[in-house]
Amino acid sequence: MKSARAAGTPILRPGGSRLLNTLRANLLHWKRHPFSALIRLACFLSTCITVFALLDVVADILIKGLPNLKPSLFSLTYTTDNQSLLPSLINTFIITALSLIVAVPLGVGGAIYLSEYAKRNSLLVRAVRLTAETLAGIPSIIYGLFGMMFFVISLNMGLSILAGALTLSLMVLPVILRTTEEALLSVPDGYREGSYSLGAGKLRTVWRIVLPPASPGILAGVVLSIGRIVGETAALLFTAGTLARLPSSLLSSGRTLSVHMYVLAGEGLHIGEAYATAAVLLVFVMLMNGLSGLISRRIIKE
Amino acid sequence: MRLKERVMRWVFAASASVCIAAVVLICVFLFANGIPFFKKYDLFAFLSGTTWSPDIYDTGKGVYGILPMIVGSIYVTAGALLIGGPIGILAGVYMARFAPKNLLKVLQPMMALMAGIPSVVYGFFGITNLVPMVREVFGGTGFSILTACLLLGIMILPTILQLTYSAVKAVPEYYFEGSLALGATEERSVFRAVMPAAKSGILAAVVLGIGRAIGETMAVVMVAGNQARMPKGLLKGVRTLTSNIVTEMGYAADMHREALIATGVVLFVFILLINLLFSILKRKGETA
Repeated sequence: MKSARAAGTPILRPGGSRLLNTLRANLLHWKRHPFSALIRLACFLSTCITVFALLDVVADILIKGLPNLKPSLFSLTYTTDNQSLLPSLINTFIITALSLIVAVPLGVGGAIYLSEYAKRNSLLVRAVRLTAETLAGIPSIIYGLFGMMFFVISLNMGLSILAGALTLSLMVLPVILRTTEEALLSVPDGYREGSYSLGAGKLRTVWRIVLPPASPGILAGVVLSIGRIVGETAALLFTAGTLARLPSSLLSSGRTLSVHMYVLAGEGLHIGEAYATAAVLLVFVMLMNGLSGLISRRIIKE
Repeated sequence: MRLKERVMRWVFAASASVCIAAVVLICVFLFANGIPFFKKYDLFAFLSGTTWSPDIYDTGKGVYGILPMIVGSIYVTAGALLIGGPIGILAGVYMARFAPKNLLKVLQPMMALMAGIPSVVYGFFGITNLVPMVREVFGGTGFSILTACLLLGIMILPTILQLTYSAVKAVPEYYFEGSLALGATEERSVFRAVMPAAKSGILAAVVLGIGRAIGETMAVVMVAGNQARMPKGLLKGVRTLTSNIVTEMGYAADMHREALIATGVVLFVFILLINLLFSILKRKGETA
């Protein structure tokens, strides 16, 4: 080590800038432990690769997609000449809303049961945990197959927005259940005890005392679910179908933006329009992520 | 008032049970629609057959062997893991242990975004960027196992990274400090003291990555070429279990359709096994 220093390794200088001194200290340290330095470098490079991959995807889609966003893409009808994305966008909103209408009450209600009513480790709680975990791990194509066999054929809904939305509501149910349960568990017990001691019943306590402080957490879960619904394709191809038109009723087929994008990319004829659609999807996901981050930051502050 | 309390209790319990009902329904419907196929077609011939030639023109001579798709799924998943696994784990360790706080504040939302980008968008990126790149660098059409592995490797990165991050973060600080106090460098402490303690969590991350990769459909369909034959090389096209379903379900009928649903059953069994492994590892990580 002495020889390393003699060979001119920079030494810390009391008067030097802090940044330079840290740099010098690090260099000294790494020279002494080359293997440690190598590992640190590998970790850093891996992070760089990950970030680069993300930036590459985002930049490519936005740079080539946004200039392709023409007003004609937002016309109310889809024709072979004009691959308007507005009908798909509207379908996306309808399917998202429908899925949430089904999944949010079920998920929130179930989470209330798990955290407020059920005894810990009762048979039902364990069964719900296990099945929720299973649901979260099932790939979307399996949901698509199930939705096709159950909602579309057995319940006779046909390829419809309703069938697609119901399939997706099962898919996001575990997300909402888990985030809501976490949010409820983070409410201090003192809140509940205070409410009971004032004479409130269980239901009133849950509704008026426990749910309000947990609502940002629940909201963050809902926003996450919206992101998943909007990005879903495989589960919708055989349940909601690919019709590129505004739906006349809940039982008519309709493609969402993601399905629209898959069809466009598959045809390979309208790369510009596909890029534009991808950009819209990406911007939407970014907005949702930002929103959910904003909400959870608010929770941490409180 | 009493009545209302009791009714609501049941309502909440019922909504919690929907998860159970959903899993039971999914199992019942998949198996009930998939099993009849095996009455007409030998299970062994289905799993080990190397020819997939569905009976589209109703000649009664369909051959349904899904070994190419099983092998294809395994190849693509293994390749994705080779790419995404080490990078994801190392980057997760970097974020959990080495990254300065300010950098972490930027990196975390980026990883959340990376996990949230829809798979069609990844698939489209694959078609427009990765496919031409592979074609230029390695030759061939570009729609290949290699392209699928690259794309899936990118897609499972955030999953593996985030889970590794939380597994490493969950290790008590004194493992790290104790090792430092014994004179080890920071890096050595992390890799020799902290990582072994987080082992099952990191393994769980890898298993979840496998689940993601094997179940991924849209991105693979878009870049893998989808030829239904035994994979012949890294630069040749491949069809996975998921892409078999998605490419043919649109026009399949009768026996062909049942064969596709049976493909779904095989995939489902794979996924259930992976999920089981994941929850065992996760529980082990929590108790350890």
